[in-house]
Amino acid sequence: MKRILSTNGRTLALIAVLVPLLVLFIYVALRSGPLAPIPVTVTTVENRAIAPALFGIGTVESRYTHKIGSTAAGRIKRVDVQVGDQVRAGQVLGEMDPVDMDQRIAAQTSALMRAEAAALAAEAQVQESSARKAYAEKQAVRYEKLLQAHAVSEEGASMKQQEHQIAEAGLAAARANLEAARQELTRIHAERAGLHQQRANLRLVAPVDGLVVAREADPGTTVVAGQTVVEIIDPASLWINVRFDQLRTSGLRAGLPVQIVLRSRAGQKLPGRVLRVEPLADVVTEENLAKVVFDMLPKPLPPLGELAEVTVALPELPPAPVLPSATVQRVDGQLGVWMIRDGAPHFAPVKLGTTDLDGRVQVLDGVEVGEQVVLYRHRAIDGGSRIKIVEHVPGVSP
Amino acid sequence: MISLAGRDLLHSWGKFVFTGVGLGLLIGVTLSMAGIYRGMVDDAKVLLDNSGADLWVVQQDTLGPYAESSSLYDDTWRSILGMSGVARAANVTYLTTQIRQGEHDVRAMVVGVEPGRVGEPGQPGYLAAGRQITRGHYEAVADIASKFKLGDDVQIRRSHYTVVGLTRRMVSSSGDPMVFIPLKDAQEAQFLKDNDAIAQQRRRTAENPAFNRPGTPGLLNAVIASQSANPFVNAVLVQIEPGRAPEEVAEPIRRWKRLQVYTRAQMEGILVGKLIATSAKQIGMFLVILAVVSAAIVAFIIYTLTMGKIREIAVLKLIGTRNRTIAGMIMQQAVGLGVIGFVVGKIAATFWAPIFPKYVLLEPGDAARGFAAVVVICMLASVLAIRAALKVDPAEAIGG
Repeated sequence: MKRILSTNGRTLALIAVLVPLLVLFIYVALRSGPLAPIPVTVTTVENRAIAPALFGIGTVESRYTHKIGSTAAGRIKRVDVQVGDQVRAGQVLGEMDPVDMDQRIAAQTSALMRAEAAALAAEAQVQESSARKAYAEKQAVRYEKLLQAHAVSEEGASMKQQEHQIAEAGLAAARANLEAARQELTRIHAERAGLHQQRANLRLVAPVDGLVVAREADPGTTVVAGQTVVEIIDPASLWINVRFDQLRTSGLRAGLPVQIVLRSRAGQKLPGRVLRVEPLADVVTEENLAKVVFDMLPKPLPPLGELAEVTVALPELPPAPVLPSATVQRVDGQLGVWMIRDGAPHFAPVKLGTTDLDGRVQVLDGVEVGEQVVLYRHRAIDGGSRIKIVEHVPGVSP
Repeated sequence: MISLAGRDLLHSWGKFVFTGVGLGLLIGVTLSMAGIYRGMVDDAKVLLDNSGADLWVVQQDTLGPYAESSSLYDDTWRSILGMSGVARAANVTYLTTQIRQGEHDVRAMVVGVEPGRVGEPGQPGYLAAGRQITRGHYEAVADIASKFKLGDDVQIRRSHYTVVGLTRRMVSSSGDPMVFIPLKDAQEAQFLKDNDAIAQQRRRTAENPAFNRPGTPGLLNAVIASQSANPFVNAVLVQIEPGRAPEEVAEPIRRWKRLQVYTRAQMEGILVGKLIATSAKQIGMFLVILAVVSAAIVAFIIYTLTMGKIREIAVLKLIGTRNRTIAGMIMQQAVGLGVIGFVVGKIAATFWAPIFPKYVLLEPGDAARGFAAVVVICMLASVLAIRAALKVDPAEAIGG
């Protein structure tokens, strides 16, 4: 009797070990590996309005950049401004070496004075000639009267007549001389003025009020015609040259409000608006370009060339069935979502509309508002998968 | 009829169960090793599955993009899209690099994909959390294995990315987690040197009189700009139209576009047969040795167990028990031991598999094969023991 009891006890002990082991084994076999149900999370198709937005990056640029340099090759004599200086319109920024320009002006000045003297001499000659002519004319008239009274010989009278004519010609010549001297004076005047202009052209002058952003050559440097010496921008004209991926630029137009985040000021959103959409796109990068301006210029000014992220808000669309785009999957070449019907997944092909930057997409066709759709999943599912709806996919911390 | 085996077992069940558990742990190790091998091959296969491609178009005469580097112009995909049988084509770049996040960094495969094109080849097929990339720059979808969380700020080269989505089982063939970023950023990340190198390159270019001519002021800037452009991608992933054979679509691309095209089967051959071949063989070799050692240990244990009760067997023979009964007892015990061992091994392997840093894939088929092998080995081992038991002289029961 005692023997049987002890045998029974041992049997029980063995069963107590083996049965939990077997149960654990069956649990392990069914709950892990390919036979286990796939943990998924679900979401519901919502009827809501989405506001699509565009995201682009760009660089801070200046609308007006004045590159000031010499119009002729030459050596730089002086550069008066440094980078960062504020300059006013008309301010002299620097000067090219005039070489012999000043001497040429001095020569012209002397030539001018000589021409002025020559003009005075010519005037005096005209006076002299006209005095001579007046006397000759009187003489001629007197001899004419004397001839009529037969007081002088005909020869004497015609000689006076001739003297008168010579005096007249002399006056005309003197007048012509005077005219020539005056013209010469004007010519030398003009030439001198031209030299002055050229001299002035050697000065580098600011065309507008602005900020010096580059000083690319220093005194002594020889520059070619057109080479920039000083670069000036208008700080008030800063804008951002933004590039948008062509895939998602429908609806981009001037006047839309934007949010600008400068790389140096991450986390600080600056308001602005689209100034214009460029009519030319970038062929190589397949991006469309737009210019965006700040509503109010940030202080201090961002450096030119700084990277900026620009988010353009497009007008809100009318409400429609909306799903997170993470629900969408391609199965056998068709876009669709996994709908939950009777606890099992069914693939429903869908037609998608606009998406927004939060990953929501309008579903034009294929699902109804209120239907449950698989959102996140632990692994890929197919029509035969067993699923288990969970709050969070295992491994993802809430 | 009384089960001799059961009776004997009950006599010393503690010893029996503990031997079984010990054996089980050994079988568990063997199963895990098989799982490690399977996981390695599976890593290579999920890389192909996750890319969602039917064809891989890469640079001519390369085994790219996974086994060798390959580069194509980033507008090649358009001309491929125009080929007959091609339904969808997308650019993709792959770059294995260290991704920094705060103090530590993670080895990951950075995949550049066209943002916002859900369901296109190359895109993460499904998510475990978060959302897909929607912005054209500075967003990332990372695999859970990278330990990144939603909203994390990670650094790849000089740019910072916000993790907006998480995937699962998106790994490279070497098991590194994938991190998806927009294509343009990825092109930059692949090409862009560090700032020091860029500054030095600019200086070198500026010092070269051929590029820095006094008479042509804009030349230097033009040269530098052309040096810092990267119009290349690593591969074009192609999905073919339903009903078309991959090879039939691939051949015209090879012939007329003069690019290398791999089908799924060829790509699998490259990855499994070339890329992970040596390490897989290494593990495979170890698996074989482990299996042989496990078999030997099982055989020894059963032999020793039987030899331990040789006196009882002699008694059985003395009282006239038939040889069949004795043989059945030994064999039942051996198989029982094997079954307990297998069950313990399977449970142990399942519980410790997720702790491994790389993926361990325990396939039911492997488990079934393992079970059959365990039973066969136990039976073979018991045959040795049975031979020894049957040879015993009944006189030993009283003598000795």
